[in-house]
Amino acid sequence: MSFSLPRLLGHRVPVTSVLGALGALLLAIVLLFAVAAPVLAPYRPTEIDLRQRLLPPVWVFSGSPRHLLGTDNVGRDVLSRIIWGARISLSVGVAASLLGALAGSTLGLCAGFFGGLTDRAVSWLIDVQLAFPFTLFAIFLLAVFGGGFVPVVAVLALATWVNFARVVRSQALSLRAQDFLLAARAVGVGTPRLLRRYMLPAVLPSIVVVASFSAAQAILTQAALSFLGVGVDPTVPSWGAMLDLGRNYLQTAWWMAIFPGIAIAITVLGANLVGDWLGAKLDPRGK
Amino acid sequence: MTAKLLDIAGLSVRFGATAAVSEFFLSVARGEAVGIVGESGSGKSAAMLAVLGLHPPGTAVSAERHLLGGTDVRRALPRQLRALRGSVAAMIFQDPLAALNPLLPVGVQIAEVLVRHKGLSKRDATLAARALLFRVGIHDAGARETKYPHEFSGGMRQRVMIAAALAGDPALLIADEPTTALDVTVQADIARLIVQLQRERQMGLIWVTHDLALMAGIVDRVVVMYAGRIMEVAPVAALYFAPRHPYTVALLASLPRLDRKRASPLPAPQAQAAQAAGCPFAPRCGRRMAKCEDLPPLFEIGDSLAACWALT
Repeated sequence: MSFSLPRLLGHRVPVTSVLGALGALLLAIVLLFAVAAPVLAPYRPTEIDLRQRLLPPVWVFSGSPRHLLGTDNVGRDVLSRIIWGARISLSVGVAASLLGALAGSTLGLCAGFFGGLTDRAVSWLIDVQLAFPFTLFAIFLLAVFGGGFVPVVAVLALATWVNFARVVRSQALSLRAQDFLLAARAVGVGTPRLLRRYMLPAVLPSIVVVASFSAAQAILTQAALSFLGVGVDPTVPSWGAMLDLGRNYLQTAWWMAIFPGIAIAITVLGANLVGDWLGAKLDPRGK
Repeated sequence: MTAKLLDIAGLSVRFGATAAVSEFFLSVARGEAVGIVGESGSGKSAAMLAVLGLHPPGTAVSAERHLLGGTDVRRALPRQLRALRGSVAAMIFQDPLAALNPLLPVGVQIAEVLVRHKGLSKRDATLAARALLFRVGIHDAGARETKYPHEFSGGMRQRVMIAAALAGDPALLIADEPTTALDVTVQADIARLIVQLQRERQMGLIWVTHDLALMAGIVDRVVVMYAGRIMEVAPVAALYFAPRHPYTVALLASLPRLDRKRASPLPAPQAQAAQAAGCPFAPRCGRRMAKCEDLPPLFEIGDSLAACWALT
């Protein structure tokens, strides 16, 4: 974005960096939740108190100041569960994004650089992956192999690698034709070194940007999978599972579904804003 | 060691159905400087890339003889070719900004070649790279070696490129239009630097250009190319004072001069497809005759070789 906000403290601040800072702040809050959950959460996330079932948030009539965001159908504190749920959401999102980045970038880089058969094989894989309705595929895999942290991360990485492979492949294709690679080869630089020292640094900014978007995508999909009942261990508090549970009480206890929904929205928004900002920041043409 | 650094004959380079280079030959010895001139698309660069085995994938290259530093390039393994590049022959490109890695400091790029070819340690390579930068005329090398290519001016960038090419201590330096992308004011400096280095290190030099004027003071021998074929090979003095081939004559006449009116403008190039056989220059040639339907061989005239029927 080229336009700027009016002068802020005497400096012109580009809109993207304001939004980027906001995104970073949102992510920082979620990260704080995840790291300091035992300290921040007023209750244990699995603590059941059947006398305090379905309490509304504190600002609603009949709400209790002891449960700021209310309680669920078995009397668990919604706020505590959201705070603990950040752990699963963040770790799954980051792990799936990193795994996808590793696999997708490697394949994309090789496809773009070597071309020919390698490129056709990788492009075919990308097409197959994109042609598949992913959520259906994920449900199938998780139903067959069972849920849990590792399977969920693996399945989500299966969704995110395509983002990396496509972007990195197209960049590698245009890089390959550049003189500096030819010049490097003309002084005897070998292929592995060419990939590591000349190609990878050039595509790294794009990988970082795609990684932040992919983390957002993975968090959302993970919530969807939990919502559908094939996510991580149901005893571990997760936003998607809370959403699923809250769906049954939407008419009577809206807070059970709304607050985890807001938590998902904030995290995904934060990751996307940071991704946008990184994209603008790391694009050398933007300077 | 063989006397010839490069000995190539019958080289042809084809991009699909298009012949970029046909029946090209060239030999360069230590201390010798050869110029290759021709218009854009005459196959100069394609021939030079093929010499190093760097032709793009999908290109068909064949040669009757292709010796680089005594090694048969046609039979060399990729690993052997990599060892040759940089140490036996290195190349300087036209646009130094495009030819340098934009994401590595220049000192690192030069040091990499030193590590690769000289087996130096990282620390020694860094020092040697600094010395090289100094040698090519970057006098505050210590401060500049950590800078990135975009932080240099065009002429300075080309100096860096030269330093990188020299890092492997090549016996043969191929300069592909090394001054074309530069300001006129620095062209002479860069040309002088390359010639100095060539004499100092007794390197073979191949100077690819379309700048006839600049080349005159640099090379011993000139190869004139047109449409992928050699039109004339001549010692530099003979080429300028007694050009044989009508194309060479036209090329020299096309040099802008202030003291004379332009004699006869070179007619614009025709579509190449029309003439499958015969002299490729015939459609633009003022001395065309019936015999030009056949491809002329190279005739020996004095010290020159020229491919033209009009000279018989």
